[in-house]
Amino acid sequence: MLAVGLPTAGMLLSLALGGRLTGRTAQFLLPAGLGLAFAIVAGVWRTGDSLAYFLGGWAPPLGLALRADGLSAAMLVTTAIVVCATGLYARAAFRIPPGISEARAPLVFWVLLMAVWAALNLVFLGDDLFNLYVALELLTFAAVPLVCLDGRAETLSAALRYLLFALFGSVLYLLGVALLYGGYGTLDIALLFSLVRPEPVAFAAAGLMTAGLLAKTALFPLHLWLPPAHAGAPPAASAVLSGLVVKGSFFLVVRLWFDVMPGLLNQAAAQILSTLGAGAILVGSVLALRQARLKLLIAYSTIAQIGYLFLMFPVAGGSASPQFGSNLALTGGFLQAMSHAFAKAAMFMSAGLMAEALGHDRIAELRGVAQMLPVTVFAFGMAALLLIGLPPSGGFVAKWLLLTAVITAGQWWWALVMLVGGLLAGGYMFRVLARALGEAAEPLIPRTPVPRSRELIALALALCSVLLGLLPLRAFDLLQIGRQHASPVACSERHTISTTGHWY
Amino acid sequence: MNAATLFGVCSAALVGLGLYGLVIHPRPLRKILAFNLLGSGVFLLFGVVARRGAAAGMGGDPVPQALVITGIVVAFSATALAVALLLRLLHETGRTTLNADASKNPSNNRPRESANS
Repeated sequence: MLAVGLPTAGMLLSLALGGRLTGRTAQFLLPAGLGLAFAIVAGVWRTGDSLAYFLGGWAPPLGLALRADGLSAAMLVTTAIVVCATGLYARAAFRIPPGISEARAPLVFWVLLMAVWAALNLVFLGDDLFNLYVALELLTFAAVPLVCLDGRAETLSAALRYLLFALFGSVLYLLGVALLYGGYGTLDIALLFSLVRPEPVAFAAAGLMTAGLLAKTALFPLHLWLPPAHAGAPPAASAVLSGLVVKGSFFLVVRLWFDVMPGLLNQAAAQILSTLGAGAILVGSVLALRQARLKLLIAYSTIAQIGYLFLMFPVAGGSASPQFGSNLALTGGFLQAMSHAFAKAAMFMSAGLMAEALGHDRIAELRGVAQMLPVTVFAFGMAALLLIGLPPSGGFVAKWLLLTAVITAGQWWWALVMLVGGLLAGGYMFRVLARALGEAAEPLIPRTPVPRSRELIALALALCSVLLGLLPLRAFDLLQIGRQHASPVACSERHTISTTGHWY
Repeated sequence: MNAATLFGVCSAALVGLGLYGLVIHPRPLRKILAFNLLGSGVFLLFGVVARRGAAAGMGGDPVPQALVITGIVVAFSATALAVALLLRLLHETGRTTLNADASKNPSNNRPRESANS
């Protein structure tokens, strides 16, 4: 409860206070939100069950519930860490110049950062499909202006294109919500779980909602908006957009298929989703290989990495030992989502620092940058290792789990796609790193001094993703907490246990 | 054919028209209008759902009506944001299209440095 309230309050306060206080409010609230996210994880871990809070004490189907299970707790912490790091990183870029009491870009940035955070937390915690629709819209409305913060023409058109794709997605999602309500008379996820049967209305709703969410997640072939939007935004904003915002709608796809209608996830639906995922991996990687600018390369790599997330579906829909395979794939998929969030944020931040120091981000002219900014290039390299999937990193463990899952399910062709994707990722990252590590003819002089603290933030995020790979696998049992409702009976038990109303 | 079915068919037609417009038209303003048409279709569908789910003695199920109000507010703000972006784009470039070769236009060809900062 507080997890949503805190950033929202921060957003409203920053807007009301204005001026210099905007940044300070954010600085004060960021650690508080981080602590809160850890408290939620601790709570979920300790009780071994999901935490639920009923708004106004009204239980579903009349009221709305916020529920934190293992998946949402993990995503909450990831979000909090990345948002905090972004806040620290952006302090220098969005400082109000002395002599002015208020500037447009800092005010908008801090308010929107809070708004993105609030919306993401609501997406992760929401338990009502319409509530989730509102959360998605909040996320879009907060993310779109972040794209065009500097107000240049190309970022404006990127933002407009992003908004049009997002609106298309959200209206399809809303149509699906209408059909589900018409069919079953409730929108609460736990109640729908026990009601949904494989019949036309559920299939139509699921198809519409998934298509809408895929447009927002930028899964191939609906990815066209992502590269210009993410590459054009300021680095701090790109880190949040690429690392977190696309994960919000991905999280809803998972909620939809695993928690609302697991019975519907048949072989055909799962194969379609994962074929799109495989297409995303291949197309995104090949396009990334061809980019001349660093930020565009990173943006295309996001498309490829999103593809991996969707390879968890064929296993879940597979027939061979469904429970085991599906848990493995789910853990792998979420580990991939989390480690990609850290790595991509670190990557955009270090790319931003390189661009600041060099005055450009053309890959062909990166030679010598490693001597000038060793820490930044080291952070970039570590994030690259993770995206390629080399050990020891969260990316390696995630891809290894996914590989094991698909091979256990007897679907080796997805494993092949993953391996090719890893090779291609190695190729495009090598292009950058080989140039960056090369010797320059004469030592480069940074155009603007790059403070060591900002380099260290990018490094810390990259380290986070590496640490994720060093955690013992048992820690990922967290993801399974609150997910053991294999039957409607267990579901209703879960319901009664969790009605004690924790104040998170 | 009763009223609910008639409105249901209407909403399906609106959704179809809106979807067609959203996909076919290249111009952003047309796309925004098509989005609104599509949205109206969805809202009408909510109305149909409310009518069909009406309990005995009531005019309609109140929950979808509440959802429609929220949906309209969201769609309104989405439209406002989109139109504001489009207006700003018009001010900056004098265009209202989203073609990718915008940077080839000499009037707004800025130095590469600023494009990357």
